[in-house]
Amino acid sequence: MMHWLAMGGYWPYVWPSYLLTLLTLVLNVGFAQRSAQRARQEAQRRAHSPAAQQGRS
Amino acid sequence: MDWTWFHRFGSPPHFYRIAGKLIPWFAWLAAISGVAGLIGGLFLAPPDYQQGEGYRIIYVHVPAAVLSTMAYAAMATAAGVGLIWRMNVAHAVAASCAGIGASFTFLALVTGSLWGRPMWGTYWQWDPRLTSELVMLFLYLGYMGLRGAIDDTARADRASAVLALVGVINLPIIHYSVDWWNSLHQGHTLLKFGKPSMPPSMLVPLLLLMLGFMLYFAAIVLVRARGEVLRRERNARWIAELLGAPT
Repeated sequence: MMHWLAMGGYWPYVWPSYLLTLLTLVLNVGFAQRSAQRARQEAQRRAHSPAAQQGRS
Repeated sequence: MDWTWFHRFGSPPHFYRIAGKLIPWFAWLAAISGVAGLIGGLFLAPPDYQQGEGYRIIYVHVPAAVLSTMAYAAMATAAGVGLIWRMNVAHAVAASCAGIGASFTFLALVTGSLWGRPMWGTYWQWDPRLTSELVMLFLYLGYMGLRGAIDDTARADRASAVLALVGVINLPIIHYSVDWWNSLHQGHTLLKFGKPSMPPSMLVPLLLLMLGFMLYFAAIVLVRARGEVLRRERNARWIAELLGAPT
C-alpha cells in the first residue's frame, strides 16, 4: 500500500493533482446546486407574491 | 430537414423539463465511467517506461484539458445560436458553461504544471500550448466579467456572445500549437492516426475518464442552465404553474 501511495517517488505531484481534481468536481456540483436552488426559491417567492398573482390574472 | 426539435429546445418550459430528465442519466453515467476509468488508471494501467508512476497525472490532466476546450466550444456555439436565433435558452446555456469551463482550464494548467516539474524541470514555461491555454482562461474570465458588468440581461447576452465567438480563434491555436511551433509540451497522443501512442491498458482508462468528465459537464451545465432559465423566466405563467402558485 505504501509503495503504491509513494507513486515511485512522484507522490508530491500525483496526489495534489488528484486532490485538486476532486475539489474542482465537488465545488462545481455544490455551486451549481446552490445556484439552481436560489433561482427556484426566488421564483417560488415571486410566483406566490400577491403582485405577481394579480399580474397573471 | 425538420427543424421542429431545434425550435422546441428554444422553448424554456420544454428545455426545463427535458433537462430535468437528462441530468440523472448524465450524472450516473459520468460516475460509472469516472470510477471505472480511475480504477483502470490508478491500479490496472502499467507504469510508463520513461516517466514511471508520474505519468498517472495524465488521467486527470488530459480529461481536464479536453473538457476546458470542449466547454469553450459549447459556450461559443450556444452563444452563437442565441445571437443568431435570439434564443434565450441558448444564452442561458452559454452563461452556464463559463464558470465550469474556467475551473477546468485552471485545473488543466495546475495539473500540467505539477506534471511539468518532475518531467521538464519547471512548473511553468511560456510554451505555445501552455500560453494559449492560459489565454483561454482569460477569455473565460473576460466573458464572465463582461456579463457581470452589464445589468441588462439582453445586452449582456449579446456583448458576451460576441466575445465568446471572437475567442473561438484560440481553439485551433491550442490544438495545433504543438505542431506549429517548437513546444516543450508533448505532441498529439489521442488524435493521431496510424500507430497509437498508448497501449490499450493505458488508453482505455483515459478514454473512460474523458467520457466521464464530458458527461459530468453535461449534467452540471444542465443544472446551472435550469436555474438560469428560472431566473430569466421568473414572471412567466409556466413558472407559476410549475411551482404550484395560484394563477
